[in-house]
Amino acid sequence: MTSIVPTSKASDGIRTPSGHEPDERGHFGRYGGRFVPEALIAALDELSVVYDKIRGDREFLDELDRLHRDYTGRPSPLTDAWKLGEHAGGARILLKREDLNHTGSHKINNVLGQALLTKRMGKTRVIAETGAGQHGVATATACALLDLECVIYMGEVDTERQALNVARMRLLGATVIPVKTGSRTLKDAINEALRDWVTNVDTTHYVLGTVAGPHPFPTMVRDFHRIIGLEAREQVLDRVGRLPDAVAACVGGGSNAIGIFHAFLDDPSVRLVGFEPGGEGVATGRHGATLSEGSPGALHGALSYLLQDEDGQTKESYSISAGLDYPGVGPEHALLKDLGRATYEPVTDAEAMEAFALLSRTEGIIPAIESAHAVAGALRLGRELGPDAVILVNLSGRGDKDVDTAARWFGMIGEGESAAEASGTRIAEGSPAGPSDEAAGSLAGPSDEAAGSLAAPSDGTAGGHE
Amino acid sequence: MSVAEVFAKAKADERGALIGYLPAGFPTVDESVELLKALVDGGCDMLEVGVPYSDPVIDGPTVAGATDVALRAGTRLRDVFSVVERVTAAGCPAVVMTYFNPVLRYGVDAFARDLANAGGLGMITPDLIPEEADEWLAASEAHGLDRIFLVAPSSSEERIAKTVAACRGFVYAASTMGVTGARDTVASAAPALVARTRAHTDLPIGVGLGVRSREQAAEVAGFADGVIVGSAFVTAAAQGPARVRALAADLAAGVRDR
Ligand SMILES: Cc1ncc(COP(=O)(O)O)c(C=O)c1O
Repeated sequence: MTSIVPTSKASDGIRTPSGHEPDERGHFGRYGGRFVPEALIAALDELSVVYDKIRGDREFLDELDRLHRDYTGRPSPLTDAWKLGEHAGGARILLKREDLNHTGSHKINNVLGQALLTKRMGKTRVIAETGAGQHGVATATACALLDLECVIYMGEVDTERQALNVARMRLLGATVIPVKTGSRTLKDAINEALRDWVTNVDTTHYVLGTVAGPHPFPTMVRDFHRIIGLEAREQVLDRVGRLPDAVAACVGGGSNAIGIFHAFLDDPSVRLVGFEPGGEGVATGRHGATLSEGSPGALHGALSYLLQDEDGQTKESYSISAGLDYPGVGPEHALLKDLGRATYEPVTDAEAMEAFALLSRTEGIIPAIESAHAVAGALRLGRELGPDAVILVNLSGRGDKDVDTAARWFGMIGEGESAAEASGTRIAEGSPAGPSDEAAGSLAGPSDEAAGSLAAPSDGTAGGHE
Repeated sequence: MSVAEVFAKAKADERGALIGYLPAGFPTVDESVELLKALVDGGCDMLEVGVPYSDPVIDGPTVAGATDVALRAGTRLRDVFSVVERVTAAGCPAVVMTYFNPVLRYGVDAFARDLANAGGLGMITPDLIPEEADEWLAASEAHGLDRIFLVAPSSSEERIAKTVAACRGFVYAASTMGVTGARDTVASAAPALVARTRAHTDLPIGVGLGVRSREQAAEVAGFADGVIVGSAFVTAAAQGPARVRALAADLAAGVRDR
């Protein structure tokens, strides 16, 4: 039997309103809005107008669909994780395989949309923040494809724990700027990107990587990711003959979670559960469980939950997962939490790593550590719901980038060693530390510039005029 | 003296008003009080007391570095109110400059009440636009505080009109697209922005972002009602109150040279 499911296309997520729109100024209930300097308002207004226009623009929508089919590889498959289910009280676990998208995560869904929008706005330069590096890699990829200049801000701590992705971004021609302020993680990368944007907004579009930030980002980024849930809903109905009992996703800023949740918002029988980084346990204070432990406030342009102290100073988050290590969260999740339509639970580093190992060994799928939080959540849900349950998991990314972290966690290698060294193979050519002459030569081809930028990645600081 | 009176006095003297910024708690709470007083001794007409914040996205390295020092030294919001109280008790008119989240967290009305009780005259809010400011509009009415929103070179006419309509005391014209920091030249967008703003309001207009020299102060005072200086004072503060006083005197001469 050949199946034609799913029929949904990426453009459906933006063409057809979801029925859960914010108000005119981007408020989801009391959350969202725009808490940004006046200097950025004109650019946000322009973005809103252009975004509204392309929602009905056949040419744009066709181009987006074509790219997602031929370049991203959509639709992404739905995989039955039978053996994993045995560890989840016998529940049937279905994995939505966003890890199989080109560049290895769901992030490309949003990035291709925003990169095409950048072209529409006549801007030539793109900036982005990245935590795990997946959004940075996706952005660098889209910029290579569409001939846009690309600058990626990444916390210095993250450039170390996700070194593979730093190398990928540089190979793709992007400039990666390690951010050395604050906690030197995702939050600070966003601060630096905002500083760059306010300075260069005439020429530059900020491709924000999650459903946070000022209006229209939370709505627009969500819509670009709605395809995840639209496809998955069709696939589950086709495969199982009914809706799932629960949908599980990890929550950093909340983009992969909102992307899969949205298609089920109007299905009251479907439980929507977001799994936040519990780090070393919420009781230790070392975590990033914003919705579980935070309180409402304004950060990075929107009102939402955030981790803050009594004076409204942002608290530093912590997670083994760079992509979830963020003290804020998108405003629509704040509303879903308050409404009780979705619930949010912390998953510790240890639980996530256990799920990481389990999925690797039972199904032959190495997940991103971010996504391993969702897998751990599904195990929890399965044990709670029992063997008849059907649980849909957003497997938001693949784990190649995390091999070093995991090998270290499981004691497979020593401090200071890398996984590749420990297994006796050489580190990949073109690593940022120092490409061999041969690699630089073959990569650079005729252009000296390319060789130069690979050999000596730019390390400047941005924006300021001191 | 009210904010309106500060500007009226400068106008009567046929000069620009000089407004000096330093963060509360930098490098310590006590020293910040001395530094702020030195600004006024040197010739500033009004103080802008900065509230240190963990994520200062519109500040360049100089101011962000200083507020980080203040936070690491343990500066709390209650210290900000005490700094305001001490400088205003010494006769220096003062407003605070704050990102909005500390205000939200404290409670907008409670913040306004405590600021007014400390003698503060108003609040400059660099990441708050009037559309999101309902609570602050009400609290500022209730506690008699001035509201200083910002206009920028990228602001449309419509937005300038809306923003100045929400302001009281003065209007802050952010002269460049960018973050705070001293610059060598006065931004070319500044005069046009002030002229566009002037068309929509009789309120005084202060220009900030980048001024550091007497010549620049004179130039800005030539087209604006107030000259706002921050990063240059923060840099000077590293060398103590005497250096801050001297720079203020130099800039105060500038706003009289126009
Ligand atoms: C694979 C993967 N999943 C999830 C996330 C978290 O982001 P979000 O919550 O926006 O989906 C990231 C972020 O880097 C990621 O790389």
